[in-house]
Amino acid sequence: MSRQTIEAAVSAAEKLNDTLNAFLEIDRKAANRADGTSGPLSGVPIAIKDNLCVVGMQTSCGSRILGDYHPPYNATVTQRLIDAGAIIIGKTNCDEFAMGSSNENSAFGPVKNPWDTTRVSGGSSGGSAAAVAAGIVPVALGSDTGGSVRQPTSLCGVLGLKPTYGRNSRYGLVAFASSLDQVGVSSREVADMGRVLGVIAGRDTHDQTCADVPVPDYVATLSEDIKGLRLGLPSALFGKGLDDEVAKSVKEAVEVYRELGAEIVEVDLPNAGYAIAVYYIIATAEASSNLARFDGVRYGFRAEDAPELRQMYRKTREEGFGPEVKRRIMLGTYVLSAGYYEAYYRKAQQVRTLIKNDFLNAFKSCDAIITPTAPTPAFRLGEKVDDPLAMYLNDIYTVTANLAGVPGLSVPCGLSSERLPIGLQLLGPNWSEPTLLRLAHQYLQVRPFNERPPVSATYLDSLTEK
Amino acid sequence: MPINELDIEKVAQLAHLELALEELKIFVPQITEIVSYVEQLNELDTANVEPALGGLTPEGEATDSARNDEIGGSLGQKKALAEAPDPAAGHFRVPKVL
Repeated sequence: MSRQTIEAAVSAAEKLNDTLNAFLEIDRKAANRADGTSGPLSGVPIAIKDNLCVVGMQTSCGSRILGDYHPPYNATVTQRLIDAGAIIIGKTNCDEFAMGSSNENSAFGPVKNPWDTTRVSGGSSGGSAAAVAAGIVPVALGSDTGGSVRQPTSLCGVLGLKPTYGRNSRYGLVAFASSLDQVGVSSREVADMGRVLGVIAGRDTHDQTCADVPVPDYVATLSEDIKGLRLGLPSALFGKGLDDEVAKSVKEAVEVYRELGAEIVEVDLPNAGYAIAVYYIIATAEASSNLARFDGVRYGFRAEDAPELRQMYRKTREEGFGPEVKRRIMLGTYVLSAGYYEAYYRKAQQVRTLIKNDFLNAFKSCDAIITPTAPTPAFRLGEKVDDPLAMYLNDIYTVTANLAGVPGLSVPCGLSSERLPIGLQLLGPNWSEPTLLRLAHQYLQVRPFNERPPVSATYLDSLTEK
Repeated sequence: MPINELDIEKVAQLAHLELALEELKIFVPQITEIVSYVEQLNELDTANVEPALGGLTPEGEATDSARNDEIGGSLGQKKALAEAPDPAAGHFRVPKVL
């Protein structure tokens, strides 16, 4: 990788942004930082979701309330990328404060899907997924609270990883739901994902929840075969609401795994059907608390014409937050309010325990679980904006991993009859990222996903061909 | 449980949000629908289930996050105030409180 590579990435980002709206900020001078870098990611162009702090760039979280906020420090994960020689070329669009499954909740307009620009990119890390899918960058960082890396990467036809809770530091990631948030990676190649995870993972004293667990070499084990690995199939989840073509594609992938020597075993996650309900109590409760900090005092937007303090808070938040963020703050405040705490929040935490136990039980009989990532391919822009509950159900396959803390990886496994990508999801026990990446790599060796979307840059492909 | 405009107004006050009337009218049915959806959890008997207090793995729980109480670097006044909407004389200025 070289200065020319960074120039090509920046130029692709600028050229395609009118069509995709994947970037909220592009650093036109990024190539100036490409000379003299060293490290495992030396000169690799990377895009960062706009809810992760990068010094010298904005962090808007897709929200008017932060606007062009410029953080005074780097997130631990972005600092580690910079130290490893990576070049951050820009900040990617996302649903406001990472709340959404279509990227339509961004205050700066939705990201368009590179496969069909009348359709959503998915969300909330839609800009990161689209930027990778369109070949602007080989790798991008996102955040995943209920599927926000895996669902958009599935809809855009690239790889998306949510690591084990505590694998990566959350320092410098603007908090949405602290017990669920995890920084994730989207990429085209499994090896790139492994390299980037190896750089960003590991203990950080700035985040108490970041666990002291050794970071393995995620690339070294990719080529090992998967003979004898037990792959759990939760057949009960392949039912109502699942698109036929998605079901067919994922079942074909199961057969590929069988041919590769994996043993397919039936597993049951009896409480998975309650996951969305649990998620929307816990996530909104934590969000209502985390987003209390946006008050127009220390940074960001402040409403005019509010001569009294409380009035200033209310007007600032009313004018600064978009409808979905307000809806979730309201819901979170409601479930935590006096008289309702036991009925909603405590109940949800108890069912979260049941969901955790479901996974512990399932992983006694298998090494990983396979499901669809999203119930349908990319839907049309505007199709679900007026029906929040229908939108929430997009995350039905992904939220369980955040509730249980386990890692999940979305892998492209085909195109629908309308040429829209379909993704399968691999879920594993805590710290099983090496197994998940190996399962993805081995699958893609025999079922390579080489299709490119109609909106796409070509410089990366020409680099690989050399 | 039925939720009316008064309930939503009360929650908005707690959340420091000043909702417009049109928003209130949209939120009442939407929040009612979501709340009735999450109430499906009541089907489950959780009398003897411990609540999961966070997302931590056993290894995360075992991670020792204690450290010595030592003075470290800080942002400094200039950087800390650089993003403030209304800084004045080295302070964050806010409208009158009383």
